[in-house]
Amino acid sequence: MTTNTHSPSAAQAPELKEFRADVAAWLADNRPADPGFLLPQTFMEVGSEQVLDFLREWQHKVWSAGYLGMAWPEKYGGRGMAPLYQSIADQEMKRLRVPICFNVIGLGWAGPLIMDIGTDYEKDKYLKGILNAEDIWCQGFSEPNHGSDLGSIQTRAQRDGDNYVINGSKIWTTMGNYAKYMILLARTDAQVERRYNGLSFFLAPMHTDGVTTTPIKKLTGEYGFTETFFTDARIPATSLMGDEGQGWGIAMKTLQYERGAEAGAAGGISILSIVMNDLLKMAQDVEREGQPLLKDPVTRDNLVKFLIEEKALYLTDKRIAIPALCADYPNSLPLSGKLRSTEFFRRMRQYALTMQGAQSSLYVGDEDTLDGGFWQRAYMNNFSTTIGGGTSQVQANIVGEHVLGLPKD
Amino acid sequence: MTNTRTANMALAFSDEQGMILESAKSFCRDQSGMTAVRGLLSSESGYNPEVWAEMVALGWTGIAIAEQYGGSALGIGSTIPLVESMGRHLLSTPYISTTIASQTLQRGGSEEQKSAWLPRMVEGTVATLALLDNEDWGATTTSCTLSAEFELRGTKLLVNDGAVADLFIVLANHNGAQVLVLVEAADLPAEALSKKVLIDETKRACNVCFDGIKLSADAILPNSESALRDSRLIGALLTAAEATGSSAAALDVVVAYLTSRIQFGRLIGSYQSLKHPTVEMLIGMDSARTLIYHAATIVGDEALDQDAEIACRMAKAQATDALLFAGDRGIQFHGGMGFTYECDAQLYLRRALWMQHQYGDAQHHRLHLANLLLN
Repeated sequence: MTTNTHSPSAAQAPELKEFRADVAAWLADNRPADPGFLLPQTFMEVGSEQVLDFLREWQHKVWSAGYLGMAWPEKYGGRGMAPLYQSIADQEMKRLRVPICFNVIGLGWAGPLIMDIGTDYEKDKYLKGILNAEDIWCQGFSEPNHGSDLGSIQTRAQRDGDNYVINGSKIWTTMGNYAKYMILLARTDAQVERRYNGLSFFLAPMHTDGVTTTPIKKLTGEYGFTETFFTDARIPATSLMGDEGQGWGIAMKTLQYERGAEAGAAGGISILSIVMNDLLKMAQDVEREGQPLLKDPVTRDNLVKFLIEEKALYLTDKRIAIPALCADYPNSLPLSGKLRSTEFFRRMRQYALTMQGAQSSLYVGDEDTLDGGFWQRAYMNNFSTTIGGGTSQVQANIVGEHVLGLPKD
Repeated sequence: MTNTRTANMALAFSDEQGMILESAKSFCRDQSGMTAVRGLLSSESGYNPEVWAEMVALGWTGIAIAEQYGGSALGIGSTIPLVESMGRHLLSTPYISTTIASQTLQRGGSEEQKSAWLPRMVEGTVATLALLDNEDWGATTTSCTLSAEFELRGTKLLVNDGAVADLFIVLANHNGAQVLVLVEAADLPAEALSKKVLIDETKRACNVCFDGIKLSADAILPNSESALRDSRLIGALLTAAEATGSSAAALDVVVAYLTSRIQFGRLIGSYQSLKHPTVEMLIGMDSARTLIYHAATIVGDEALDQDAEIACRMAKAQATDALLFAGDRGIQFHGGMGFTYECDAQLYLRRALWMQHQYGDAQHHRLHLANLLLN
């Protein structure tokens, strides 16, 4: 999710306009040529060394040019500038559809978390490697059989001298096979089974004996996630973030970053932006009975419904900035943001396939697919957003309980 | 980022709007509790004249009227927080009819017409638009005529607050063009008005027969065409604002029931089959609220431009669809109680059914939006 809270008048200032033009020019000059293999639409589809190397080189290049981590302090590899500059750079990257900055768990979640509550040691050790793409990060929250229910985490971390010994397994680890570090939630106190205060938070090194990963093949046929196994894996005790037992609170803070509810991310685009304009273009290109589909009245009505919804979504941040208009249910818009946007995109991408007619029954690898199967991948991969980070159904529970005050199950 | 024709992302809220929202919230809550609302359902006029007088005294009828006519010239966008609050508490008065009529006059009238009527409307004289001569809000023609000798012929349907209006602004054909004409209620015979039984018992409307009413040339609004277009869009926006308030109220009623009713040993709000659609009501209302204040931000005193038209139509389509969903689910989620007249849920469903057609239903606005956005 993108946040864009600056005022339009500020963005019109001459120095910002000039900056925007500079970014656009740099991106146009430096965008990589088509590599001849499928590039990921999101950071959750980095499925081969080839793709990894390509994206690593691109992120390093963006950072070297000064367009990543712009609001982070200079001593940690940033530029120490106002967040507005990063936001402009991100808008240009999105608009020009350059490749993503793939190290998202570092850039968007672990990085801001470390900046916020990390020690100086942790900041010195981790932040720069996140920006320059030398250190890839992954996240170890979900476990097999406990998808959205983090309170049930079973992975154990047992203190032994200067180490913690980790045993258990994690699932849906994005880039688990390439990551150097994991933000890991594990149970340090077995006495409080199923309780939140027995959990601790680690910045765990992945290149450790006893840590193994198995790639998971996704419904699209692509890779990008692993299952991660810990078998008596000894990690240094200095990997513990905060104190033992504080894991739940730190994990919740991390989720705030993940859901876009807190600022502080290093920037860069993490997913290709697919907007209504792409659907309108398709409706113009696809023909029915010698006419563009865009002339069909039913299609038009459906497209307008999506356009209304898109408009309300894009105006959300503006309304959040006006407390008087959010007084009835103060947390409604921030807490429903993930639910509203991911479900909108799911339905919109599904409709994009419907619009293609029988052509959408082809798949990646067939020469007759539209845009190489772009939309088939886009729709099916979108489930990672309606499932990951708390399913839409869990999100609806959160909104119902925390915004409307409805009772828990 | 998006379709260039949907690119206007203005959403601002002035200090004046903030003050109006604050006082309107408490006024509507105090003056329009459920007992008061219920008490008015079967009344003749449908509103409490003392409450109306107080709203006039607060200056609310003049919010969007120019200072030279006694108004405070804050723009139509400043009435939105008030109208939304009225919807929230089902407070019915001739405010919305009169505000749409005063906008029509201010935008389309001659100096003489405006000086004659706008100061009176600021002081509480009720005025209303008489547009429909069939059930179709999308109709581009009218069968009502104003002859070359300025004699009116035709019957207008569902004229809001017609029974208490002192002034009608009537749509008619004249010399091959559509015009808006001013007709004083005092010039109508008593039998010209026939009251209608409405599905929303908080509202009042009648059919009005204008046959044989003789007018003069200066009854015609000189700028009729653009005033007609703007007042239809402003009517849609004010309806959307009222509907958004009513959606929030319907949501409150549902949440109150879901957090107090126990079935099978559990509060029924703990069932996800009820919880999740209730969240959907909230989201629908929130989207409507975002869109009405976006429209309130860009609808000014000048003729409405394309961005303003898009914003009004989006707000109306979203707001009345959201209210229809909330009203419908509101009945269902009250179970057997929801089937009774006594249960307040019926008030919102009836309002939703009435309101969806005011100034054009969602499909009508989406059809226009398709032409604006997709051609």
